[in-house]
Amino acid sequence: MNTMTEIPTVAEPQAPPAKSKGALDHVIYVLKDNPVTLLAFAMFAVLMAAAVLGPALVPYDPLATNASEALQPPSAAHWFGTDNLGRDVFSRAIVATRLDLLISVAAVALSFVIGSVLGAAAGYWGGWLDVALSRVLDTIMAFPLFVLAMGIVAAMGNTIENIVYATAIINVPFYARLVRAEVNIRREAGFALAAKLAGNTDVRVLAMHIFPNALPPMMVQVSLNLGWAILNAAGLSFIGLGVRPPTAEWGIMVAEGANFIVSGEWWLAIFPGLCLMFAVFTFNLLGDGLRDMVDPRRRT
Amino acid sequence: MNRRLRAVLARLAQALPVILGVVLVSFLLTRALPGDPAAYFAGDAADAASIEETRVKLGLDRSMPEQFGLYVLQLAQGDLGQSLTTGQPVVEELARRLPASLELTLVALLVSCGIAVPLGVLAATRPGSWVDHACRLLVTAGVSLPTFFTGVALIYVFYYLTGWAPSPLGRLDFIYLEPPSVTGFFLIDAALAGDAETWFAALRQLILPAATLALFTLAPIARMTRAAMLSALSSDYIRTARAAGLTSRKILFGYAFRNALLPVVTTLGMVFSFTLGANVLVEKVFAWPGIGSYAVEALVASDYAAVQGFVLCMALLFVALNLLIDLAYSMIDPRIGFDSK
Amino acid sequence: MGLDTSRRGFLKGGSVALGAAALPFLKFMPAQAAGDDVVVVVMGQTINSLDLHRTGTNRPSYQVAVNCYDRLVSFGTKTMPDGSLSYDYSTIVPEIAESWTVSDDGKVLTFRIKPEAVFQDGSKVTAQDVKWSFDRAVSVGGFPTTQMAAGGLLRPDQFAAVDEATFTVTLDKPSKLALPDLAVPVPFILNSKIAKQHVTDADPWAMEFVHKNTIGSGAYKVVRWDPGQQLVYERNDLWTGGPLPGAKRVVLREVPSQATRRALIERGDVQMSWNIPNKDASELDGKVEVYSTPIENAIYVVSLNYNFEPFQDPDVRKAVAYAIPYEEIFKTAAYGRGVPMWGGSGIETIDWPQPSPYVFDLDKAREHLEKSAFAGGFDVPFSIDLGQSDWMEPTALLIQEQLAKLGITSTIDKIPGANWRTASLVEKRLPLALETFGGWLNYPCYYFFWAYQEGHLFNSSNYANPEIEQLVAETLDLPVEHPDYAPKVKRMFEIAFEDLPRIPLFQPALSVAMNGATGYEYWFHRELDARKLAKG
Repeated sequence: MNTMTEIPTVAEPQAPPAKSKGALDHVIYVLKDNPVTLLAFAMFAVLMAAAVLGPALVPYDPLATNASEALQPPSAAHWFGTDNLGRDVFSRAIVATRLDLLISVAAVALSFVIGSVLGAAAGYWGGWLDVALSRVLDTIMAFPLFVLAMGIVAAMGNTIENIVYATAIINVPFYARLVRAEVNIRREAGFALAAKLAGNTDVRVLAMHIFPNALPPMMVQVSLNLGWAILNAAGLSFIGLGVRPPTAEWGIMVAEGANFIVSGEWWLAIFPGLCLMFAVFTFNLLGDGLRDMVDPRRRT
Repeated sequence: MNRRLRAVLARLAQALPVILGVVLVSFLLTRALPGDPAAYFAGDAADAASIEETRVKLGLDRSMPEQFGLYVLQLAQGDLGQSLTTGQPVVEELARRLPASLELTLVALLVSCGIAVPLGVLAATRPGSWVDHACRLLVTAGVSLPTFFTGVALIYVFYYLTGWAPSPLGRLDFIYLEPPSVTGFFLIDAALAGDAETWFAALRQLILPAATLALFTLAPIARMTRAAMLSALSSDYIRTARAAGLTSRKILFGYAFRNALLPVVTTLGMVFSFTLGANVLVEKVFAWPGIGSYAVEALVASDYAAVQGFVLCMALLFVALNLLIDLAYSMIDPRIGFDSK
Repeated sequence: MGLDTSRRGFLKGGSVALGAAALPFLKFMPAQAAGDDVVVVVMGQTINSLDLHRTGTNRPSYQVAVNCYDRLVSFGTKTMPDGSLSYDYSTIVPEIAESWTVSDDGKVLTFRIKPEAVFQDGSKVTAQDVKWSFDRAVSVGGFPTTQMAAGGLLRPDQFAAVDEATFTVTLDKPSKLALPDLAVPVPFILNSKIAKQHVTDADPWAMEFVHKNTIGSGAYKVVRWDPGQQLVYERNDLWTGGPLPGAKRVVLREVPSQATRRALIERGDVQMSWNIPNKDASELDGKVEVYSTPIENAIYVVSLNYNFEPFQDPDVRKAVAYAIPYEEIFKTAAYGRGVPMWGGSGIETIDWPQPSPYVFDLDKAREHLEKSAFAGGFDVPFSIDLGQSDWMEPTALLIQEQLAKLGITSTIDKIPGANWRTASLVEKRLPLALETFGGWLNYPCYYFFWAYQEGHLFNSSNYANPEIEQLVAETLDLPVEHPDYAPKVKRMFEIAFEDLPRIPLFQPALSVAMNGATGYEYWFHRELDARKLAKG
């Protein structure tokens, strides 16, 4: 869900963190402190392994059809069964990991960068820039987001890049608003003024001193968005505007498999669905852990 | 008081460009959709001449600015045009379908709040404990599944296999008649008509789609409740209250919860508008006659008037909601806003 | 007036249907009453108008013209080998006309209207009504006008009401297509007296009124229409066009999700599921009643665009034809429903469609490709229609895989509905696409007229061959019995298989599932004809 707006952190922030080897200790501390976060990181490692090594490990060519073995239930030969064209669902589900992570990471990175720059500028300098940007962002947010994404993909064509752009565009306002609020609260805070008096430029103060304070809530947003981006792509596939066949992608596999559930071929949708759930789940759980790690106030 | 009124008016004035922006962008977006509606709607065996005829009839032979001008002119008269896919005026159709979507979304959020808020409070009182972690896992699992998948799975189990749920055929089983329309919300209308039979029938149809949506909205509400409760519980006034020896119950519900409520309500507003836009997929699975499924069909068919009408309607809802949220925000946190500068 | 969608209007209609048992206080129809003579049908598409003549009326809406209106004549009914009913193209039977004669030169058709024929409001059907309705069909433009023109019905001055009960059609030249074209859904007869009350200067054909109201003499009237949700037909007991339907009410529900539709029919909560996917048809067969009728004069084809350079090479086209895994496609995309259209052993009959001589043979495909100027292969987008992806996607994937073995790299492009028609049929710009066309009038020359003649709508491959042009023009109006007809048609087939602008895959089937109802009849228009439906 990307509707999550973290309330502005109320407590007075401290000076920005100094880069040091303490960071690693802190990460270990956070992991020890929170078993769920540890679990999330372990799951994330599995995901990364599947994304990197998956294509080399899978037993079948994910695109090779075999009409004589269509719609086979899970067996020793086909762990997740086969689909209506006789393709191995297990191979497809594993290979899809890379693409799905790519889509979500690219989309979120894009919206993170654009949103941060816009939001920080609006929050720091204010004035007409802030007003204009706010109106533009409001306009985007006033659109029903999924329908906007559908419209963008329908208008530009359903390629992977366009799915990424559409997902990024509808997420920009959330980052921008978040950063704007955080920056706005702190731009006249003592530490910021001090940094400025010490001769730092506006951009430097903004980037090095104020912006890091916005990171904790943004981390949560990022991790939620990573999951949400995958779901968004899946939704587009369900409407028929997703990745092109025969590319293996979880969303499209679930969407197409959903039609087979009623006729008893549950494995077509369930397994990719579980993969998808696993990934979204991981990202969502990761959010809290990441926040703990980057939160300056949690550093000791 | 006067200052607040002025602030409201100022905020309203700010909303105006947003609406104008939405009108313009939705116009451009629909025009950017691929395909030629004239060819699509001229019929199956239409030749070039009849496609041209259709184009003229639809006003699509005019230039873009001209079309936009006409559209704005129509809008000013409250006319959203006519949908080509359904052959009905868009206003009428939105008016009929919006209550269906709102009813579904509201019931889903009600269910969701009923579960998520207690969970959030529970988690906040024991941060870091297994209860906290279990809550987190539970709500996260809910938000991790695509809604259309949950929907089909629920239909499969509760309708197809067990037969507990009624047939997923929209808002009412066909043997029932719609209650006399007052609000358009079947539950309210049936209650007003004193018609328990229809009320239950409508409720039964609502259960599965509402559950599907509720599952999806648990996470943001529960997490926000937890975060807001935590921040409230760690604040000075709670420390003071604790020091003053108030009972933990009183502290929890009398002070912390009441203070945490505002951000939760704010989140609810956001979740509401998001869900209303996102239940497109659920509506499709459950043959729910809401505005979401309407929009999807219209978009795929490049039905300009219907898409624009839908977007505008959603935008108006969103702007209204946002206004309320912003006002509430600026009231609780005076650091927001540039008035002082 | 008008379609009263209020609760009271619905109940009022209901009380007529339910006979003496008027139930003014009942809040819902008890299951019993609902079950007696109400047939519930689900379909995935949506009805967007009650008037076929209106601009923008979609295909599923044509059924309203069939169920609520009469034409002068209709096609007969025959029983198929599997016991199901099908319309019979070879016999024309009366509908609102009692009898008709054709002048010796074949140019004047004279119809006598049944004296007992009345509209739903009880007024008599007159020749003036027919005249007004036909004038409307040829004047409103778009699809109805095009379809009328196919039968040589072009202008209002061709139609005359001689007296109350006599109506004549005068053709410019005799054509075998004229009479059958009067039996398609388009020339339906409206109550012109009511329609004229709603005529305005801006709307001379009462389009707005007929869009929302049925004013015919047909077997049913629409008593309720909730666009995007449902349509309720109620039997018209005054109908004279045929035996009264067994169902008093037919409720047509629009359910977009295919999985939901399947669950509904399987559990028996609805009595009929319209146009089910091939997979469901093959799996439900035996559990419920499934009718799969091969669609006459229709083929699913791979369309090779002559504007795309590699496809201008006859060897490339043949290479593609030999690289298509027909068997597998028929199995995984059609689930065996339909009729194979490959591996033919020569053109002996004038049956259409008939199998092409091609089979899946990669060696032959390679041979042909090597002979061509594109021996090394090429890249080509492979377009399919989003709305038909249930068969198009598996088909395209299977073809894509085999083409890759020849070095022809294709990328699959799913095109949404609005764009599909424009891209494939109007602009004809898709190099490689899957296509489907079925001719309403069941003659091979009619199929070729639409799909092989230069510039015609369904000729998506920009195919142009002077001999075909000539042959189609010669055969279109020629009676089938004419000695020249068969040789000319066979020559067309030959050229079509040699030139291969369209590679036939299989003849599709229309599948319908029934669970607790009878009286399904297949029609060339592939929409629901509810006139024989009954519960049971």
